[in-house]
Amino acid sequence: MVAPTADAPISRGPSLPIARPGRESTRSWPLLDRGFYWACWATGIGLCLIAAWVVLYMMVKGLAFLEPSMLVTSPKPEITQQGSGGFFDPIVGTFVIVAIGTALAVPIGMGIAVWLSEYARPGWLARTVESALETLAGVPSVVLALFGLLVFSRGFLGFLSESSVSGGVTGTSFLTAGVAMGVLATPLVVAANYEALALLPSRLREGSHALGKTRITTIRYVLLPAIRASSATGGVLAMGRIVGDTAIITILLGGGVNTEPNGGFLGLLRGTGATLTSYIFYESPAGEGNSHEKAYAAAFVLLLIVLALNGLAVWIARDRSVARRSIWSAFGWDLPWTR
Amino acid sequence: MGSALDSLTPPPIRRIALDRAPTVAPAPTGGNGHGATVVSEPSQPSRAARLRASRPPVASVRERMQLESVWLAYGENWVVRDVSLTVREGEVLALIGASGSGKTTLLRSLNRLTEITEGAARAGRVTLDGEDVHSLEVNSLRRRVSMVFQQPNPFPMSIFDNVAYSLAEQSPARGRRRRRRSPEIEQAVIEALRRAGLYEEVAGDLGRPALRLSGGQQQRLCIARALAAKPEVLLLDEPCSALDPISTATIEELIVSLRSQVAIVIVTHNLQQAFRVADHVAFMHLGELVEYGAAEQVFDRPTQERTREYVSGAFG
Repeated sequence: MVAPTADAPISRGPSLPIARPGRESTRSWPLLDRGFYWACWATGIGLCLIAAWVVLYMMVKGLAFLEPSMLVTSPKPEITQQGSGGFFDPIVGTFVIVAIGTALAVPIGMGIAVWLSEYARPGWLARTVESALETLAGVPSVVLALFGLLVFSRGFLGFLSESSVSGGVTGTSFLTAGVAMGVLATPLVVAANYEALALLPSRLREGSHALGKTRITTIRYVLLPAIRASSATGGVLAMGRIVGDTAIITILLGGGVNTEPNGGFLGLLRGTGATLTSYIFYESPAGEGNSHEKAYAAAFVLLLIVLALNGLAVWIARDRSVARRSIWSAFGWDLPWTR
Repeated sequence: MGSALDSLTPPPIRRIALDRAPTVAPAPTGGNGHGATVVSEPSQPSRAARLRASRPPVASVRERMQLESVWLAYGENWVVRDVSLTVREGEVLALIGASGSGKTTLLRSLNRLTEITEGAARAGRVTLDGEDVHSLEVNSLRRRVSMVFQQPNPFPMSIFDNVAYSLAEQSPARGRRRRRRSPEIEQAVIEALRRAGLYEEVAGDLGRPALRLSGGQQQRLCIARALAAKPEVLLLDEPCSALDPISTATIEELIVSLRSQVAIVIVTHNLQQAFRVADHVAFMHLGELVEYGAAEQVFDRPTQERTREYVSGAFG
């Protein structure tokens, strides 16, 4: 070895043979440990295989039956596969329901999360709110839907849906289903925001208070901006939950496949309709339509929407301090103009 | 306490470590191979003494805050007992003492930050310009008596926004970024950064996230943020304990230069730092104020045995 001098630049590494630790061998392990080790591998790979199978199978089936025209034609009451139209109405319905549900769940959920994390007084009320949220998160959506139908067909809530000629309130509409979806998704939004707020160091709050800022100013201008990514992720998760739910739609949005607007936007909201989930159920062999080619095509579209939402959640929650670095730094090239 | 005795026999004069006389290690008694070692000190005056000597004179010293028999407790535990002190503009007051002596609690009581903690209780009076701080509106009090913490705590936003946030009374001066950069606000932000000695380093990109600054820069940003609110009293809770020596020196010089404009109270574990920056020093022990006086007096001629032990013990 030569000591580095001005002539001989500092060597890039040792001139001795380099040893790197290899993968740990399981040969010396007890049989039981080895068994569990391989079982872990098998389950992990198995899960990936199942996920890939579902996605690929639906993609193959979906692409086989999906025609672009289906995205823009309404379902028609025909027996034949050719005559039964597309699923334009369910796509619109999906977006309307997601919009209503998210618009309710996100602000309410964030409000609850902020209250739980920053105020939470008196203590008994905070504990009650927490267990109420846990209960709500555990209620099956079909139970929630049935309860909703019971509540929304009361006379004083008649403005949310349509009334029959005899004066009975149906309780089924985009509005009522959207409200139920909001209740369904609220616990998710609370969880995402509450966890993020709880993880913020208390010195942020102290620092803001020490500048003479009120609690509400601190929340609005320091805490909520700091958890922006988690809030957005919570919102996207809520959307995913709403997009995928079927029970609330079948019970609270009517069993049909067509949107039945009775005049204008408000009429649409008060009327019944369909979403992709209820359409898939309707067209599946279990439903009345029994047009499984349409079901596959719609399922593929639904899967795309859900995957896109998941991707959006990952993209929002990504570590921006890393993401903003130049892609070249991954290769160890930290050039002046890429910094 | 033996204070009667103390007044009769003055304690030996002690210089702080950096300008003490060279120490001679005891000569080895056995043949253990070690020769006599002479630890020599540099002959030129220490940085502490130089910084102290070079401190700019202050035109006027004015009483701002008064603590009268202040008691503070968390739950049933009284952590500050019967402390009376004066905070003056034009001066740096250093609170020294071992961990758990109540320094930080006392500091936080000056702008009522103790109230954030559940179960905090108090007795006695704290006044700002003669007014009881508990009769003032808490947020306006905290704008007048601002605080910088031990851990740098910039908000997760840009450098500019960090300072702009504290400029306005509540919501930062105008919500949207474009409007926020009005010339007056920009001027005020730059002014605050300049006073904290940070502007030259960050002038190129005020939009950079504050969390990407170094620790020392973050702490100076926190000082800039505190200064932007134009406080009358600045509370510093061990502002340098998380910083390297160079950042520490920068902040110490900053503290000394700021003292003509604001009253400064600093809590520190670093006695040399207290000697470098403070005009008055208060030594606390187990919640009690043991000794209060001019820095030279407390460090060189402490009247209390406990002070003498602490000051000398910490210097070896």
